[in-house]
Amino acid sequence: MGVFSIFPSRASVAAGEVDALYTFLLVVGGAMTTLIFAAVFFFAVRYRRKSPDDPAPKAIHGSLPLEIAWTVGPFLVMLVMFGWGTKLYFQNYTPPLHDTLDIYVTGKQWMWKVQYPTGQREINELHVPVGRAVKLILASEDVVHSFYIPALRLKHDVVPGSYQTYWFEPKEPGRYHIFCAEYCGTGHSDMGGWMTVMTPSDYENWLAGGSGGGSMVEQGAKLFQQYGCVTCHVTDREGRCPSLLNVFGRPVVLDDGRTVMADEAYVRESILNPNAKVVKGYKHDIMPVFEGQIGEEGLLQLIVYVKSLSPPAASPAKPAASAAKRSPK
Amino acid sequence: MSTTLPFVPAETRTNYLNADYGWKSWLFATDHKRIALLYLFSITAFFFVGGAFAVAMRINLLTPDGIFTHDTYNKLFTMHGIIMVFFFLVPSIPATLGNFLVPMMIGARDLAFPRINLLSWYIYIAGGILTLTAVFQGGVDTGWTFYAPFSSSYSNTHVILAAMGIFVSGFSSILTGLNFIVTIHTMRAPGMTWNRLPLFIWGHYATSLIQVLGTPVIAITMVLLGLERVLHAGIFDPTVGGDPILFQHLFWFYSHPAVYIMILPGMAVISEIVTCFSRKAIFGYNFVAYSSIAIAVFSFIVWGHHLFVSGQSMYASMVFSFFSFLVAIPSAVKVFNWTATMYKGSVSYDTPMLYAFGFMGLFTMGGLTGLFLATMAIDVHVTDTYFVIAHFHYVMVGGMVMAYMGGIHFWFPKISGRLYPEGWAKFAALLVFAGFNLTFFPQFILGYQGMPRRYAHYPPEFQVLNVMSTAGASILALGYLIPMIYLAWAWRYGPKSPQNPWNAKGLEWEQSPTPPPTFNFEHQPVVTEPAYNYSGEEQEVTLG
Repeated sequence: MGVFSIFPSRASVAAGEVDALYTFLLVVGGAMTTLIFAAVFFFAVRYRRKSPDDPAPKAIHGSLPLEIAWTVGPFLVMLVMFGWGTKLYFQNYTPPLHDTLDIYVTGKQWMWKVQYPTGQREINELHVPVGRAVKLILASEDVVHSFYIPALRLKHDVVPGSYQTYWFEPKEPGRYHIFCAEYCGTGHSDMGGWMTVMTPSDYENWLAGGSGGGSMVEQGAKLFQQYGCVTCHVTDREGRCPSLLNVFGRPVVLDDGRTVMADEAYVRESILNPNAKVVKGYKHDIMPVFEGQIGEEGLLQLIVYVKSLSPPAASPAKPAASAAKRSPK
Repeated sequence: MSTTLPFVPAETRTNYLNADYGWKSWLFATDHKRIALLYLFSITAFFFVGGAFAVAMRINLLTPDGIFTHDTYNKLFTMHGIIMVFFFLVPSIPATLGNFLVPMMIGARDLAFPRINLLSWYIYIAGGILTLTAVFQGGVDTGWTFYAPFSSSYSNTHVILAAMGIFVSGFSSILTGLNFIVTIHTMRAPGMTWNRLPLFIWGHYATSLIQVLGTPVIAITMVLLGLERVLHAGIFDPTVGGDPILFQHLFWFYSHPAVYIMILPGMAVISEIVTCFSRKAIFGYNFVAYSSIAIAVFSFIVWGHHLFVSGQSMYASMVFSFFSFLVAIPSAVKVFNWTATMYKGSVSYDTPMLYAFGFMGLFTMGGLTGLFLATMAIDVHVTDTYFVIAHFHYVMVGGMVMAYMGGIHFWFPKISGRLYPEGWAKFAALLVFAGFNLTFFPQFILGYQGMPRRYAHYPPEFQVLNVMSTAGASILALGYLIPMIYLAWAWRYGPKSPQNPWNAKGLEWEQSPTPPPTFNFEHQPVVTEPAYNYSGEEQEVTLG
């Protein structure tokens, strides 16, 4: 920390990869800047006007080979930047399909609310273990925020009305800044906190430190009762609404013939605005519209509950399984 | 050029400044040169208002805990952005130097629609008054980007008033662009073929295309924002069925091309200065001219690079990233050609050329850091941090404002008929260069370290670089104040300028008296040679 570095600390392997690309750009950019500065400086000195009466020099109208060279040359270098940058972006922005540790983050003016599948909740603090692929599911209760951890070299906007994902694999234990990077009103610059990266054993101990109101599945199940969902979405037989057993993570055929994937966004939409995409064979206007009735955190709990109704093997992500494993503690 | 003017003592000659007196002769002027001056004084006023907001911001950032409240700081950066972008940068060169010079450079006596030209100034002032009213009513706190749903449903400041100001002033921009396009197409003097046009004209032609095609989109966006705010129409706010990302697409569909509205006229000025003070024809005329058009075209297909982290489809991001690299190439081609123009030239270090040197260096750095932002994996880290702030200030202040200052100094004798004190001018140019770099270079480092933009408070480890930046800003402010003083002085007391103090080529210098008469030329100018024929090549003297 003592030595000044242009690179902030690195909490993941990907951070080092971004720094490598950045270094490449710095070298190319530095070389180009030096070239232009040197050429301007050299020409300005070498060809300076010595007396106001100096005759005008001979005109040089251009050179096609030079024009081609300084069009094609930079283009080829830029292709390298484009290819490298795109590859790394896809890698850093595409979460793995399996074995992720899912954590649910809700942004609201002006705090980050974090829920763990095991039921712990925090504000402006995020605890993650070294060596696991962590997937954050980002939601916003109000305006656009942006979840940013410089030590991971990653940010992602948190857009109200949708879920965004943010994934990384922590490597280095330590405490790292969390910032909100998208301007969100009065307290924007206070909407930050800390990510604590822990060794796996420390993390287990931390998780064991109590979870208050039960796991997210349990909380979701409670809401499922409370809002009366259970009266129609009966799970053991066909009710007035489709059973939610083995639905999550699988394609669903709609009444207009389309097929959609039952992912987080679909479940969210079907709770808030049930008539948008009705399952084939079921009626419109049976389920009440929950828009404005359930907060983002409650929605996430319901989604985790719905996820838990699909056997882990069939589910692309496994929060329910990991929750079930840890809940006895 | 062959035409020589009969000698008339300057004192007795009627020019556009002394042709008429009284406030009516200015407020109802249809002379493009007088309208250019109306614009010059109004945008200078806006520049200093916007600058004052910047000074207040830099003072706040001296310490991690700031001195202003969060709300005050949020309003400061919002008003700084809105005023500088919409009321200084967009009109700056086109409405002042462009207005003054486009007809003179092509040998016309005015723009095609002189009264529409005056109308556009009134519209600009109306928009400015609306926006300033928003300021005096207590300000706006949405950022100049007005992102929904914050602006549409959450902010309790004067969003609609500011949005109306931008909506209204947009029409001024459209009318100016339209006027330039028609003028350049229809009013060129005999012999002024497209290939003989000064590059200043090419740059303004490209700018006008963007103004006419792009500005209506921001107008629509501002109207939709107003509808959403007043009627909750459900366009951008997801709680009533809208899409916040739609706002970002609409906003940047104008606002990315708009940055080329701001920089193309700067490039146009640099082409004139570099040739004059190297006493040499431009290297690669066609490449410099057509690269302006290429920039104008590409500028419309890169807006999505502002949305790499917004949840936009990754494949869409990939396409936008690719085009963002492509748009850098014509800009690079220009820089290479200006540099090559100096090769084997006769280079003098007059004030406009010092600004041009500054432009070439700083615009290069601004452009190259743009490549960092086009590289998606880097953008994900540095977007919405001080890296972006530094990048676009290198382009807009290091590039555009340098070119503007260079242009003002270059044509000041033409406009005022006076010479300014060269020593003070050189001193101020060096101050601007030094102050600028000290202000904005540390911000690149801050950005990569992870300091987000629009932060009223910040973690203490960022303080050293912020203090450096504030120190630089105070030097920069001085560098802008000094020219204000000596130019105002010179306008009244400076020595009288000869007709062509720089021995520059171009109709405005060679065939028009200084300061010009109301109709610019005493005889119909005829063009018999290509632009920048400093070497006086005989073989090219043919009527076009």
